[in-house]
Amino acid sequence: MIAVRVQAEPIDSAAAISALTAGRDDVGAVVSFTGFVRADDGLVALTLEHYPAMTERALATIAAEAEARWPVTGGSVVHRVGRMLPGEAIVLVAVASAHRAAAFDAAAFLMDWLKTRAPFWKSEERAGGTTWVTAKASDDTAAARWELVPAQSD
Amino acid sequence: MIELVYFAWVRERIGVDGEILPLPPGAATVGDLLDWLATRSPGHAAALSERAAIRVAVDQSFVCFDAPVTDGVEVAIFPPVTGG
Repeated sequence: MIAVRVQAEPIDSAAAISALTAGRDDVGAVVSFTGFVRADDGLVALTLEHYPAMTERALATIAAEAEARWPVTGGSVVHRVGRMLPGEAIVLVAVASAHRAAAFDAAAFLMDWLKTRAPFWKSEERAGGTTWVTAKASDDTAAARWELVPAQSD
Repeated sequence: MIELVYFAWVRERIGVDGEILPLPPGAATVGDLLDWLATRSPGHAAALSERAAIRVAVDQSFVCFDAPVTDGVEVAIFPPVTGG
């Protein structure tokens, strides 16, 4: 079961990862990805807006798709919202499985899908003001390798 | 009635988080709805003029502009997502 959560509080990656193996003896691999705020070009803070009514549902759909594709024993997707500072974690994806290939692939899939199908928007705060981040075509390309039509394209 | 909700720069340009409006007569698709909304104010026009930069969800699912829109739905309008 891949658990999903959206929260304003800082992400505790270590706790989420250790929970995937606690009390189990069937897990042979845990792969995790944590995304952090970078202080690029004088960035002071990053604010994540989301669509609350849709977010958890979109994440649950993404998690269910990963579970259908790979034999995972567990997983966790945690996305932070609100204002955060350079060095703080924005997102955690962690997947456990018996063998490494499923954990690596499911984790990459979850991130690629999350980037293109979950309703979050980043705005960057610098000394000169605040700007919205523009979506990258490379994210659509990354999602396309899982043979999915990007949900956002017409 | 339909419930419209706006996010990111779409919300900023329109100037409100959302609005509840009667479904305009003759609006059968999401595209029709966007055309009508763009005529409501200069802010709406500014938010919706660049159609290639607009994404829409009806009842919390992504849809294309030719998707039907019916009375009672929630229509969310926003830029391409940038989370993760």
